[in-house]
Amino acid sequence: MLTDLLPAPNLLSATGLACRRGERRLFKGVAFSAPAGSLVLVGGRNGSGKTSLLRILVGLSSAVAGSVAWCGRPVATDPLAWAAQLFYLGHASALKDDLDAAENLELACSLAAEPCSRDARLAALARLGVAHRAGLPARLLSQGQRRRVALARLALTHRPLWVLDEPFVGLDAIAMAELGQLIETHLMRSGIVVLTTHQAVDLVVSRRIVVDLDAASLEAPA
Amino acid sequence: MATLTASRSRFFRYASPATFYPLAGRLWPWFAAVAAVLALAGLAIGLLIAPTDATQGDSYRIIFIHVPAAWMSMFIYLVMAFYAVLTFVFQTRLSAMMMRALAPTGAMFTFIALWTGALWGKPTWGAWWVWDARLTSELILLFLYLGFMALQSAIDDTRRADRAGALVALVGVVNVPIIYFSVKWWNTLHQGASVSLTRAPSMAREMLIGMLLMALACWMYSIAVALVRVRALIVERERDAAWLREAGEA
Amino acid sequence: MNALVAIMRFELLLAWRRKSALATTLGFFVIVASLFPLGLGADPQLLRLIGSGVVWVAALLATLLGLARLFAADHEDGTLEQLRLSCVPLPLAALAKIGAHWLVTAVPLCLAAPILGLQYGLSASAIGVLVASLVLGTPVLCLLGAMGAALTLGLRAGGVLVPVLVLPLEVPVLIMGAGSVEAHMNGLGAGPWLSLLAALLIVFVLATPWVVAFALRISSE
Repeated sequence: MLTDLLPAPNLLSATGLACRRGERRLFKGVAFSAPAGSLVLVGGRNGSGKTSLLRILVGLSSAVAGSVAWCGRPVATDPLAWAAQLFYLGHASALKDDLDAAENLELACSLAAEPCSRDARLAALARLGVAHRAGLPARLLSQGQRRRVALARLALTHRPLWVLDEPFVGLDAIAMAELGQLIETHLMRSGIVVLTTHQAVDLVVSRRIVVDLDAASLEAPA
Repeated sequence: MATLTASRSRFFRYASPATFYPLAGRLWPWFAAVAAVLALAGLAIGLLIAPTDATQGDSYRIIFIHVPAAWMSMFIYLVMAFYAVLTFVFQTRLSAMMMRALAPTGAMFTFIALWTGALWGKPTWGAWWVWDARLTSELILLFLYLGFMALQSAIDDTRRADRAGALVALVGVVNVPIIYFSVKWWNTLHQGASVSLTRAPSMAREMLIGMLLMALACWMYSIAVALVRVRALIVERERDAAWLREAGEA
Repeated sequence: MNALVAIMRFELLLAWRRKSALATTLGFFVIVASLFPLGLGADPQLLRLIGSGVVWVAALLATLLGLARLFAADHEDGTLEQLRLSCVPLPLAALAKIGAHWLVTAVPLCLAAPILGLQYGLSASAIGVLVASLVLGTPVLCLLGAMGAALTLGLRAGGVLVPVLVLPLEVPVLIMGAGSVEAHMNGLGAGPWLSLLAALLIVFVLATPWVVAFALRISSE
């Protein structure tokens, strides 16, 4: 996958993004340009529109104004091709309660057209420390374990852009370290990671871009 | 090309709530007044001047409200579908508000058409309700209006409510012919149980004039009511907008 | 293509693991259809007349029952987001889900319909027409119901809204379905009605998935 993109190096850019939820204006004029290997940290108070920004980036929501471009081309022209460039993990873990961890992973991979062997899936689960739970229905897993199963997708995907909404929430120290390592490896392979987080995470990254939504907010701080 | 862009921007200028709000405020009293005058004239002709029908006696006079109401019930649904198209094509918020403002009026005319039809049916057919193809289609049209309004009121997010409502209006308008024809075929299958409408007798000129005046009155009334309602919707949705506060309305 | 097969496969697997829900739909269908003789009396002549209509109305209500939540679970657990970002165009994904739903809920109804037909004293050939009309008509009901489910996604009043939105649109299917059996019993031949149903089915299969996908986007923005 990555090699296909070699001629044009990864570059995610946003210009003048504005967002409105119902009658409330959340932010406007959000712009950044993230070249290959950058970590984009989206910050802001609760309700400042962090999730909305991520959803706009991946194409789940539409912005009131502004545009998102990938390698210089606007992504809105071909949503299907854009979706094939990214991996998105939202607040909800997208796990089916009645499927076990391995099956959930298989469903997620087939939806993304990134087929993988059962061994690869088990290895990914092992990496996040939930291999011993591979055969349990997801409804029997704890919140943290569910999150780990969802994050195991990161060990299997080849997409150049990762967009993660609060990936560190609910994880213990070991899992957080493992996730940090996955992110660092991805960045080293000239991928791009966009994430929101409340925790202070120390990741060794060469390029860090901070998008502060409080600065782009349209409401006076409370 | 330049004139085209100019007329386009002019069109969109009126599609902006800030421009339309005062315009609607100036226009609706005129439409209401014209509606009242036309309705008075139509009723005078219909009730006093038009001759008594040879076969149906005076009960036919209900057509002066029944027929215009039935026309309006269908026409307003079409207008809503037209605004639905505008909502999707131009993303104008005002068109969605117009759609929303028209729905209760459309439902009201549908109800009036059904109600007056029943009042007329009792002396003419001997039953308040017959499962005639036209009556049944009109009843289903009322259900479509109710579904549209129920969906609109159930959605809090205005953008979603507008778009979902527009989709429902479009799906409904595509289905109306299918529904109408299936009900008609159903009617022929069950011929024994139904009463078929006799061909309308050739109408006296006064009757026709009275009916057309009433139809125009209903038309003007619908526009006036829709404008008033759309003003209320604008105030509700734009209460935080600066232009509205300047106008001193919020 | 593989992803489409996977959606279908996992949908069937999930339905299999929630077998009791499917049995409930079937039970509802049989119970509703069995109530009519209790309310109307057991006159065989009358029952034969209303049989096809009753079975059709019961099928209409039973399909709506399960459909109202067709996308709700996917919406709540985040699968819908992944579906929207998957490599499958959303209309096709929706069609796969609707197809799977039809297989697990409507096909049992079609299989149970002959028993109800016998309860109402329908002749063997009339029962044949009834099943054929259900096989052609229930997919249309599922498609329309899916549209209602997509439009009301995540709404508090969703459960009651879907029937109000969808039932008026389902009138033609009801008329054609019940009409085919009646025409057959009147000696008029069910052919034209079944052809109409088939035509309706083709049009709806081609058009509705796009509407459903559009509604899903509107509802989950």
